[in-house]
Amino acid sequence: MGGQDATMVLLDENGIRCDGRKIDEPRRIMIKAGGLKNADGSAYIEFGDNKILVGVFGPRDVHPKHMSDTDTGILRVRYHMEPFSVSDRKNPAPSRREIEISKVIKEALEPAVMLEKFPRTAVDVFIEVLQADGGTRCAALSAASVALADAGIPMRDMVAACASGKVADTIVLDVNNEEDQAGQADMPIGYMPSLEKITLLQLDGVLSPEEYKKCVEVGVNGCKIVYELQKKALNDKYFGTKSD
Amino acid sequence: MASRTVIGELKKIQILELLEQGKRIDGRALDEPREISIEINAIPKANGSARIFLGDTEVVCGVKIQPDRPFPDMGDKGIFICTAELLPLSHPTVETGPPQPHVIELARVTDRGIRESHMVDVSQLVIEKDKSVVGVFADIVVIDYDGNLFDACSYAATAALLTSKTPKWTMVDDKVTRVDEDETPLPTTTIPVSVTMGKIGNHIIVDPNGDEWASMDARITITSDSDGNICALQKGGTDGFTQDEIIQCGELSVRIGAKIREKLKESQQESQ
Repeated sequence: MGGQDATMVLLDENGIRCDGRKIDEPRRIMIKAGGLKNADGSAYIEFGDNKILVGVFGPRDVHPKHMSDTDTGILRVRYHMEPFSVSDRKNPAPSRREIEISKVIKEALEPAVMLEKFPRTAVDVFIEVLQADGGTRCAALSAASVALADAGIPMRDMVAACASGKVADTIVLDVNNEEDQAGQADMPIGYMPSLEKITLLQLDGVLSPEEYKKCVEVGVNGCKIVYELQKKALNDKYFGTKSD
Repeated sequence: MASRTVIGELKKIQILELLEQGKRIDGRALDEPREISIEINAIPKANGSARIFLGDTEVVCGVKIQPDRPFPDMGDKGIFICTAELLPLSHPTVETGPPQPHVIELARVTDRGIRESHMVDVSQLVIEKDKSVVGVFADIVVIDYDGNLFDACSYAATAALLTSKTPKWTMVDDKVTRVDEDETPLPTTTIPVSVTMGKIGNHIIVDPNGDEWASMDARITITSDSDGNICALQKGGTDGFTQDEIIQCGELSVRIGAKIREKLKESQQESQ
């Protein structure tokens, strides 16, 4: 985020990171199910300083019609960042990065959603990043799962997502923006905890085969933490088990 | 590329049945990539180029090297950009117009694999700090399609970069000036190799061909460098992988990648 001190300490001698977290500690996560009046399902997530809103519509008619499939429903995902969500204004038109993220999130959700129950229809997932601070795709995917569940769309599992990475030669959970810029590797993971399947996986940065293994492990554990919060968000809305 | 047809559905059943017996539709072993043929310097007007056949998939990469302005926050580094495009003559389903999401993904994954390996040593590509740097553009076009464009594009770009020659520039009176006719090899630090694996049912196959690509439930592309480290990864497709499968794919990519790296090195040496 512009003007960061190049000599910033990413990990101090006590194993504390630049934002005060331990190596296996995620940022503060708050997920809320619902919130939008017009959407069939919605969710809002705050993941550290990320603020992301997701609205789900459908199953509904497919426009344009030629996109519809007679065997199954289709999932469409748009991941979009607001111009004011990052330090330098972002051009509002969808960038190549956003198009790629839309695609990987779509493919991460597809194994979870029982689209075959709704042939000839579409489920649209609209993700709006209001504020971005590293790890938006994971936060967005986690919120999208909750929004799909909130829309009452049958699912095999929810997809929980969290990134792991390598910072100051150490494998850490949930890489923030500063760590992503200055760190050595970033591995976003989307995981279905009940089915034990990884549905989103990317990596940039160099990892030895051992670090690679560790990174997957740490990330999957992070996903399990997020999963509990996703369930809590749905519980809070539908069963009123507000615990805080 | 995956328009569903009756023949496609039948092929998928056949591919899966064969895999249950440990066989592939084209007779390869599950961890066996297709034959790779590399023609270096296919486009002599480029600073480096390669024409690659991965089975029947054919791609061409041309590298252009020219002075450029540095990115504002990277005044002490040259520029490396890799693009990929599907030409309309490569497959009946390819249309002209703005790139489809799968093509954008192809270009970005190919770029990421090479970029994250730090293959091109951009620190050596500075003409004058903050003012002028050398830009290296590896543009890839797909000529003919038979599955697994990720690896074909990656090998084409890597082979072209390994054999690229860069002119020399210097600043004279605040103007970028070509020094002499001499050209030196592009500074590179490692040879990244991407290996794409498809998942059909519970079977993992290396380098899926066109029919296998259309039948895949999920795929994963893993790039490793000369030290055997993993430097980039992209999962795709509509199914998931178990944690064990992800680890297995990591090992596969490093092992298969090492063999392909030898092939790339050979073509580099032959071109000298």
